[in-house]
Amino acid sequence: MTVEYVPGQPQSQPQTTIAGHGDRPLLTVTDLSVTFTRRGRAPVHAVDDVSFQIRAGEHVGLVGESGSGKSVTSLAIMGLLPRGGVEVAGSVDFDGQELIGLDTATMRNLRGQELAMVFQDPMTSLNPVITVGRQITEVLKRHRDLDKADARTEAVDLLTKVGIPDPARRVGDYPHQLSGGMRQRVLIAIALACQPRLLIADEPTTALDVTIQAQILELLRELVSGSQTALLMITHDLGVVAGLCDRVHVMYSGRIVESAERRQLFARPRHPYTGGLMASIPRLDQPRGVPLTPIPGSPTDTLPWSQGCAFAPRCPNSEVDCRMHTPALEPADNRALRCFHPLTTDPRSVGATHA
Amino acid sequence: MTIAPTATLPPEGPLSPDGPTAESMAGESLWKGAWQRLRRNPMALIGGGIMAVFVFVALFAPLLAPYEPASTEWTELSTPFFVQGSNSEHLLGIDRWGSDMLTQLIFGARQSLIIGVVSTLIGLFAGALLGTLAGGLGGKVDTVIMRFVDILLSIPSLLLAISIAAAMGKSSFALMVAIGAAQIPIFARLLRSTMLSQSRSDYVLAANALGLRRRNIILGHILPNSLGPTIVQATLNLATAIIEVAALSFLGLGEDDPAVAEWGRMIVSGQDRFQIAPWLAFYPGICIAITALGFTLLGEALREALDPKQRR
Repeated sequence: MTVEYVPGQPQSQPQTTIAGHGDRPLLTVTDLSVTFTRRGRAPVHAVDDVSFQIRAGEHVGLVGESGSGKSVTSLAIMGLLPRGGVEVAGSVDFDGQELIGLDTATMRNLRGQELAMVFQDPMTSLNPVITVGRQITEVLKRHRDLDKADARTEAVDLLTKVGIPDPARRVGDYPHQLSGGMRQRVLIAIALACQPRLLIADEPTTALDVTIQAQILELLRELVSGSQTALLMITHDLGVVAGLCDRVHVMYSGRIVESAERRQLFARPRHPYTGGLMASIPRLDQPRGVPLTPIPGSPTDTLPWSQGCAFAPRCPNSEVDCRMHTPALEPADNRALRCFHPLTTDPRSVGATHA
Repeated sequence: MTIAPTATLPPEGPLSPDGPTAESMAGESLWKGAWQRLRRNPMALIGGGIMAVFVFVALFAPLLAPYEPASTEWTELSTPFFVQGSNSEHLLGIDRWGSDMLTQLIFGARQSLIIGVVSTLIGLFAGALLGTLAGGLGGKVDTVIMRFVDILLSIPSLLLAISIAAAMGKSSFALMVAIGAAQIPIFARLLRSTMLSQSRSDYVLAANALGLRRRNIILGHILPNSLGPTIVQATLNLATAIIEVAALSFLGLGEDDPAVAEWGRMIVSGQDRFQIAPWLAFYPGICIAITALGFTLLGEALREALDPKQRR
């Protein structure tokens, strides 16, 4: 399958400028913080001074458990956080344009055209009362000014590209007539309809069964690899990252704890949390009956970052200083690492002792 | 052999189409499921039957009625002390003005249907407009509209209808506006609350992530998903409207032309003969009751059918 899933370039997409910028990052997130405030309650720092960059065509993974702030990060980039009770600080620079505080009209023009997103649950992310065809053509009409007939042809084309059989008939289907996997394919088709420069995929396979998961990941890889589209893959599944991403950022309790190039990270995870995540993946080469190795505790057992290391209560390597001083994200060993006592041994054996 | 589920992964190859899964069965269309539940509900069948008869009679009144609606050729048969009852010429007798009762009742159905439906439509459209603005735009618009609706709601609906009908003068149109206005708050509040809960759905977030225009999201996505409960409410309101038509006519605020048959006014004209000819008030009364019952049964059945909690 070729990568050219959309024939013809929309005029508004300055493809040349990307080449002109050379190695300049497409997206630069600097000290992004998201705080949820509610009267009478302590504010919640969902995202805390997160910084990372994505280059055009690069695939970046953002990994962490539920509640680590990875989805909130993506919503903040897209400007989709609710307006009340949320404070967003820091900077999100998209190809020279600051997205934080951008006026809603401009942001709406960027969304769907330059920045697109695939959500977690395909069962609820499509409007149940509108045909999938209309949900695709709607975006094409909005951002690419196609007329009705052209938009329909394009929609059929897009459905073909995402591997939906009999697309000419399927454009007239309602979401409930499609299976979960097909719906996710439709959502990917919609997200890629305008050839966005950044695609954010927020756990796109979590709600699907395992065989379909593999197919959807393969499809995403096919559609974005080799193109200029940058991919931000948000997931709790390191397996997804291993197959798809060039760079990985591991988040815990709203902060990045380890960032590395994929091979470096998987060859030698240094943060105990990364190690724990890897140790918890079920392995094919293990004998039967060996219990899985979880990270002890739950994401609610955290210290506030201001008092020490948030992971300390669950960490096998934690010592007194972890609970007294806040570790900083510092370059070490071809990566950025936020830990006083990083792993030195193979994480699987470390994890196993705590099983 | 291992325990890992990934062992079942198919080898390399073209992406195979995902076959139908259990999920596609669970995600059955709301309306299709509702229709199936409706057909099995005896309440819906009775209500639907009554409604069908009522609408049929109202539509084909000129064909069904044995006499002209305004004919009073048998005036001499009725005196202050004698009203002719059921006989072979007049199945349900004649009223004090010498008109055939059955004919009056049949044309009365037509009047009730027209006023009931039009007034409910007035209430529905005005209420839906306010509800859509409030629920779709939110913020200050929401606050202003909902305070206005609260004021409307604080006035008893019959009192509001009487005031409007009295202010606009005696006519069918005044009656429609009066009854419609009294229904506005119900529709506005219902639609607003449904739209607010719908606007927190994933598909709305997804539509926002695609940069669709706000107007398009509100009218094309949120509104169509929110109309179900409002349509049910409209069916229920038809019953109330028909009763209110009769009530306002009974109070003398209805149609001015005595040649137009109206159930509420038939009760009024029958009430001073109540001791010697109780059927004069009884027949229109029972017509109002049965029609209102029919709409209520159907509305309730529709509500149950569309209620997600009822689904198995």
